[in-house]
Amino acid sequence: MDHAAGGLGIYFKVWGLLFLLSALSYLVDFFHVQSYLRWTLILSLMMAKAGLIVAVFMHLRWERLALICLVVIPPAALLVLAGMMVAESDYVFLTRSLYFR
Amino acid sequence: MDTGYQGWRGAAHDLAGDREVFRVPWGKAMMWIFLLSDTFIFGSFLTGYMSVRIATTTGWPNPSEVFALTLGGVHLPLILIAIMTFVLISSSGTMAMAVNFGYRRDRRRCAQLMFATAACGAIFVSMQAFEWSKLIAEGVRPWGNPMGAAQFGASFFMITGFHGLHVSAGVIYLLIVARRVLSGYYEKAGDYSIVEIAGLYWHFVDLVWVFIFALFYLW
Repeated sequence: MDHAAGGLGIYFKVWGLLFLLSALSYLVDFFHVQSYLRWTLILSLMMAKAGLIVAVFMHLRWERLALICLVVIPPAALLVLAGMMVAESDYVFLTRSLYFR
Repeated sequence: MDTGYQGWRGAAHDLAGDREVFRVPWGKAMMWIFLLSDTFIFGSFLTGYMSVRIATTTGWPNPSEVFALTLGGVHLPLILIAIMTFVLISSSGTMAMAVNFGYRRDRRRCAQLMFATAACGAIFVSMQAFEWSKLIAEGVRPWGNPMGAAQFGASFFMITGFHGLHVSAGVIYLLIVARRVLSGYYEKAGDYSIVEIAGLYWHFVDLVWVFIFALFYLW
């Protein structure tokens, strides 16, 4: 709790940084960046924003490692689900294109 | 109670304890576990949306154009969603500072910042209501839409609807806690950790929006 009663500077910095990162994501769309570059930019900006919110605003960087593991490890399992569903939906798309068009 | 162990040694020591694992106020541990369950709900929604979007043989509507507005004669793609994003980020900033003032026992500042946070949340939900009305007027339904793949409507109303529900619940939650902060309810107990716990919920709502913004609107 000591960290939470510290200065406000870090919150203003993160706030500004989140604004900047969001503005950059908006510009990716505004300038019609396409294909793999678009994906790289969108996903890395998304992860940077998510990391800042969880680490600083939600104080996770000051928590004990047992709590950090609880919060970070289980959601990582969702990436496995997402990966499997990409493979599955590619297959569904393929069969639909073959038989239902 | 702090064991003095840090890092992995600390984690092993915490997990091996026979009374409690997470050495934080119980309310904070419970909020984290609740948010973990919520992560799985939103994670499943977004994964389901990704699957139907990849699997459609008809074209997906272009979100950049669907959510464009013409302001003062200028056509701006995705502008409404961008404004909503900035409003929600700002609410997260004021909430983080409210937590800080709570621990400093500055009741008035803490409550004021929480009311500001709730106000931003209310503005966000209002803009979402406008967005929904616009799309419904344009003929978007959970089972179809005039712009392309029928799954667009189902994904849109499910994901943004569930998120909007979280924001609305959060606004009510923050108003209740802020009122108690102001009335001195927590002053008597000397414990302001409820402000941080409410803050965790609010930051999570912002966090989910980060993913929705990238995966639904920018894809």
